[in-house]
Amino acid sequence: MRKVLVVGATSAIAEATARLLAQRGDTLFLTARRADALAAIAADLQVRGAAKVGTAMLDANDLGSHERVLDEAEGLMGGLDTVLVAHGTLSNQKECERSAVLTAREIGNNGVSVVTLLTIIANRFEQQRAGTIVVISSVAGDRGRQSNYVYGSAKALVTAFLSGLRQRLHKSGVAVITIQPGFVDTPMTAGFRKGFLWAKPQQVALGIVRAIDRPASVVYLPGFWRLIMLIIRSIPEGIFRRLSL
Amino acid sequence: MPEQLVSSWGNVIHAQHALLRLRSRLDRFPDGTPGQSILPYGNGRSYGDSCLNLGGALLETRALDRFIRFDPQTGVLACEAGILLADILQLVVPTGWFPPVTPGTRFVTVGGAIANDVHGKNHHRAGTFINWVRCLELLRSDGQRLLCSPETNPEWFAATAGGLGLTGVITWAELQLQRIPGPLMEIETIRFANLEEFFALCAESDRDYEYTVAWIDCVSRGKQLGRGLLQRANSMAAPPQLLRSAGAARQLSVPLTPPFSLVNNLTLRLFNTLYYHRQPGKRRRSVQHYESFFYPLDGIRSWNRLYGPQGLYQYQCVVPGQGGRDAIAELLETIAVSGQGSFLAVLKVFGDRRSPGMLSFPREGITLALDFPNRGEQLEHLFRQLDSIIHAAGGRLYPAKDGRMPGTLFRDGYPRWAEFVPFIDPRCSSTFWRRVTEGA
Repeated sequence: MRKVLVVGATSAIAEATARLLAQRGDTLFLTARRADALAAIAADLQVRGAAKVGTAMLDANDLGSHERVLDEAEGLMGGLDTVLVAHGTLSNQKECERSAVLTAREIGNNGVSVVTLLTIIANRFEQQRAGTIVVISSVAGDRGRQSNYVYGSAKALVTAFLSGLRQRLHKSGVAVITIQPGFVDTPMTAGFRKGFLWAKPQQVALGIVRAIDRPASVVYLPGFWRLIMLIIRSIPEGIFRRLSL
Repeated sequence: MPEQLVSSWGNVIHAQHALLRLRSRLDRFPDGTPGQSILPYGNGRSYGDSCLNLGGALLETRALDRFIRFDPQTGVLACEAGILLADILQLVVPTGWFPPVTPGTRFVTVGGAIANDVHGKNHHRAGTFINWVRCLELLRSDGQRLLCSPETNPEWFAATAGGLGLTGVITWAELQLQRIPGPLMEIETIRFANLEEFFALCAESDRDYEYTVAWIDCVSRGKQLGRGLLQRANSMAAPPQLLRSAGAARQLSVPLTPPFSLVNNLTLRLFNTLYYHRQPGKRRRSVQHYESFFYPLDGIRSWNRLYGPQGLYQYQCVVPGQGGRDAIAELLETIAVSGQGSFLAVLKVFGDRRSPGMLSFPREGITLALDFPNRGEQLEHLFRQLDSIIHAAGGRLYPAKDGRMPGTLFRDGYPRWAEFVPFIDPRCSSTFWRRVTEGA
């Protein structure tokens, strides 16, 4: 049975993943910004079979609160061996282009707050010489595109950070897993028209749980995104800059 | 607001709808586009247009899929309204509980089960779905949240049960489940030669069996009119070795829509005859997993595609009282003459347990349900003949299955419809509702 901290537990992917973990009897500690939404999810996970569910309100941008919440999670669960970092916001690219402040805030939400939290967790797991760190990055971080490069560059920060962290923690027996979802039909993307490339959060959640159990390093979900991103990354810049992606 | 092509289970109508979405029971009623009506939408298993809102918006509720609490001692379960019966079954069956009323598919939401006040093979015992709803929350477009139960806001409870999503959106409900000894069913299947035998068999079976339902051969006429197979069943306590051998059924799928309906005169006659003779003797006993007993068609994903690109209509009526028997005979005769039969003609005697629902379909009497491939005018001609038999018998059709009944048949069949109107949320409407109340 794992003792899992879920950061950004109200995200659709995180919630779907937490359900799978609850069903097999894991202990969970959830954080998010909204207390009422957290309580609703915690009650659901309890009914679905979680050994125990704790919650704490957390705005991940409040960088000074990370230590405290980790302590709370460890205290309630009697330890901590798995962290799923899933919080984030889908930046409005056009508005970011008009506002430097908004751009900085989006990079903060999706990038800085993640690596800050990871720094603390990494040190704790390195010390206990065990643990699994799972972070939801994005295929958007594989290459900046004009349609969403603010969000993409925050995710690129996360992906690069995880890559380095994975090497560093390898010798301590700590697994670091980068999840690269493609288009996922979640409330975050409610405004988009959905085509065949879109996956359901439940599908992505199954992939995440498999990745935790293996454990894997970099997982594209669904898997065909690995190929799509390989192609996109290999387009020469001279051609890429003329594309309307 | 994104738009998407949405169709109902019958696949007759495919239409663009604006899509709105609720994430949890805590969300507010969405604004949508001013002037555009909104219809709560569950899992889209209604056959016709009662779950569609052409020219308007659908409010998706499937993301309301959280459990709230479950007490394995009392069998009281509270959950959000977008949760599927399938999810509930997965949770509660291993603990010895079961939904007291379940329709023929487990892929319906709790909200949809309430809004259509669904029934099952045990109507003669358990009544309808709403009879087991302890309370529900109704969210109105003005932001009001009404807690409704038989005691609190009983008039809203009665309007919302079978209210087709028109009274607002159901956000959560509390259900009383029923104890079962295990997941297996003890079933007896009995062949009957005609309608008279069916009624006698039914009267006898309803006393000792929780579940009774009959399949009717709708191709045969004359002396064989209304011949078929009656299934009667109870859930049973089973030793563990039996549990393992009678596992849940395998999942099949219809991967694409064939260019024409595979349900046609030839396959119908063949199927109906073979099915009637599928067991060697008059009686056969068997043990089945509850999934294959209650949800045989759930085992074939997208079975509705078998009816081809034109889709299918289901026609389900109830005719009351003693006169109902003659009406059923007349309906079957008319269908057999038309040659437009169905694989799945289902006959069941409803009991006298009343639903509070103003527009609830089940009532004491006999219900007959048939699927028909959509053959346009030719089928509509048959439907009009059937309509007049039902109208004369004081019966009515089931809105969840309907995509074409005339407004007069609806309004005469549901005399409380005018009483229901004041409960309709000013922002809510559906294609079905506009159709059956037009010109009234």
